[in-house]
Amino acid sequence: MGIESKNFSLDVDLLAYSGIVFSPEQRAALQTSMVILKEQYRFKSIHLWGKILGISDDYFIVQGRSKNELTERQFLYSKDCINWSMLTAATDEAKELSPMCQGRFTGDASHEFEVKKFTVTNEGTEEENIDEEKARLREEERLAAVLWQIEQDSLIIPRGSYVLQPNGDVERNRTFEGLTATEAGKLTNYFHFREPIQLQQKSLLYRASLDKSIQFLDTVDEDIPKGSWSVQYERGTGLIQIRSLKWLGMSFFHIPETNRYGSLYYGIGEENKDLPFMI
Amino acid sequence: MTSAVYNSTNSADQNNFRNQSSSPANGDIEKQFVDAKAYILASTTKDGINLYDHLAHCLTRLLNEQPRNSTEIFEDISKDVKRETSRPQHDTLRDRDAPDSEHSLAEEQKPLFEKPDNADQLDDEALQSPLPNLLEYAYYFEQSGIGLGREETYRIWLALKQLVDKHQFEKVRFWGKIFGIQKNYYIAEVKFGDDEMADEEEEEQKDSEDGKEIEEEEQEQEEDPLPKSTFKTPQEVPKEERGTGAGMPWTKLPQVTPAQISQARNIKLFLTGDLNREITSYPSYPGVEKHYLRAQIARISATTHVSPAGRFKFNDEEEEAEEEGGRDNYQDNEEFKGAALSELIDEEFNGWVHHVQHILPQGRTKWWNPKQDSEKEEENEEEEEEMKAEGAEEIEPESGPPLLTPVGADAEIEGTRPWTAKISSLLIPQYACAFVRSNLWPGAYAFARGMIWENLYVGWGHKYAMTDYGPQLPPEPAAEYADGPDIGETEDPSPEEEARARASQEEAAEEGEEEHEEELEGDEDDD
Repeated sequence: MGIESKNFSLDVDLLAYSGIVFSPEQRAALQTSMVILKEQYRFKSIHLWGKILGISDDYFIVQGRSKNELTERQFLYSKDCINWSMLTAATDEAKELSPMCQGRFTGDASHEFEVKKFTVTNEGTEEENIDEEKARLREEERLAAVLWQIEQDSLIIPRGSYVLQPNGDVERNRTFEGLTATEAGKLTNYFHFREPIQLQQKSLLYRASLDKSIQFLDTVDEDIPKGSWSVQYERGTGLIQIRSLKWLGMSFFHIPETNRYGSLYYGIGEENKDLPFMI
Repeated sequence: MTSAVYNSTNSADQNNFRNQSSSPANGDIEKQFVDAKAYILASTTKDGINLYDHLAHCLTRLLNEQPRNSTEIFEDISKDVKRETSRPQHDTLRDRDAPDSEHSLAEEQKPLFEKPDNADQLDDEALQSPLPNLLEYAYYFEQSGIGLGREETYRIWLALKQLVDKHQFEKVRFWGKIFGIQKNYYIAEVKFGDDEMADEEEEEQKDSEDGKEIEEEEQEQEEDPLPKSTFKTPQEVPKEERGTGAGMPWTKLPQVTPAQISQARNIKLFLTGDLNREITSYPSYPGVEKHYLRAQIARISATTHVSPAGRFKFNDEEEEAEEEGGRDNYQDNEEFKGAALSELIDEEFNGWVHHVQHILPQGRTKWWNPKQDSEKEEENEEEEEEMKAEGAEEIEPESGPPLLTPVGADAEIEGTRPWTAKISSLLIPQYACAFVRSNLWPGAYAFARGMIWENLYVGWGHKYAMTDYGPQLPPEPAAEYADGPDIGETEDPSPEEEARARASQEEAAEEGEEEHEEELEGDEDDD
């Protein structure tokens, strides 16, 4: 989801409870850059998406969106908040290789990772053969793949904040007034902001009873493994923070009864594969 | 026809009905009337309001108040009556929602902001409190893009102040924040004054040496006896739980045994926020969540607490490194004039040194020889001998890097540097500060500028590992005692064989081997 550039200076402070802090210099630079980028690329809206920490340098990620916010998204990255480069969408090969990639992001976009791919032929029979292949993955592609994966897994929005228009576009709901305090604590009221996967598997009867304009996405509480989200209230019920345990560093905030919500990723860019052991 | 029926029902006078129904000529009308009345009585709204009752209420109201423009306001009257009947329910619900938790939290935090009574006397003693200047550190951390927001930091500061006021501390600092699933922990590191330390020096009971008992059969490998915990953390670490906000009291974390620290290396769990939660894992963890938390804090401190080189120095009066590994005392270097910024972000990381002792695999900072102690005990001599025989292989003393080693000497994590150093501002380097962050423990940071430096941890409390975590496998089952001829069963000899054997023995007995005979017979009896 990110934090929209219009609300940037106010909302970014609300994520400080999750340990996400930007220095004044970075904030000033980001504010300026985002406006320029929006004009330059003709985005409908531009959001600060987060920061990936690398060994020698960090990547600031910004996302621009066009009319259909669900599908038309572009990523841009920068190391110093001033010079930005467009990130091409991840190829299928990159998406396949990146989870197997080991090691931190280095901070050098042209760095090549060596990924060992194992393919099993004749599985289950006696001639089972495990082949090891070495593939190379550029850091930039890995970055694109990781960002795509993070969005698929852990980008959430409150229920009712986006509507599905009859022509298929997904747009912000201008009349969204926020979840109530009790509703905000329940994971059923949050959706994954991605093409629905689990929704298609539900029975037709169930789907017929849903409100098509609002409930067109998967809910978060059906994520496997259960309990991979941490929901916490700060300031009593004044602010809610939801953190993903699968991608450590993904934090979402929402102020109940208002239209303010947003999320940021601030982390090393690696999935927490040990999640089932840790809960 | 229907209007006629309605007119008759609308009148509050019941007698009319009976009058009409008694006349036989209106049997038809009567039926319709009964139907109509049934319909009116039966139609209810979702709230259970009967249309009949509703109409009756409306009319009563009209007749009581007798307004002039009754026809115009008829709908309003109807609405009013409806609202009146259903309002009491909503009212009570609304009342219950009022004291919501934000309000109660704000009330809780109010005492934090109260000034103590003697605040007017700003004498020297009151100003010399060990409370750190948290906001100053927060400013530098913010420059580096780390930490918690300013508002939260201020609240933590106030809570720390409360803690300081209650006890006598020599040193206090804010260690960091560890996230949990339901609640988070705020950790403060304090050093007690000398009087309070005396209470903490109880030595723990030594665990029984089950593992060393010798049995003839092979047995499962058991862990070495837990070493005695003479390893004391010199600084206690209280912490504060924060479910709904600061202002909660500080809880002191217990000291942990070395076993708990070394076991913490084997498991990887999220903290939930409940200190007394049982930790279910394999291998089973000897403690509850507060021990695990304390162990993680110890590990993080040992690995990631650094200071600019030269800030601390060894006490020159002490002897050189003792046998048991390294000096463990350091003191402030008064001649420290501040490290140069360039040195601090130097690629070799020689500008930073560790000032907390490394934790050995054993779980202690000083090596403890498990053999030594056991030999001193005056137990069975037999056992001692056997132990000596079995423990013939020397246990290598575990050693870690000595105190105040530069950070540059830290082991690499499979090819990546364990630390990253950066400068906080590229545009205005004159006033920038240098900061490092650990790649081994994501979330551990330290900054330095001139004379000021500080460490902070904000994170989930876990180490970074390239390979996935795999729980320890259960130990191999012990091998069974091998089947051999000595314990194998043999068939009992048949009577003929026995007779033959006896005959041959009697011959042998004549040669004077009586003892042998008896033994043979004894064995046969046992079979």
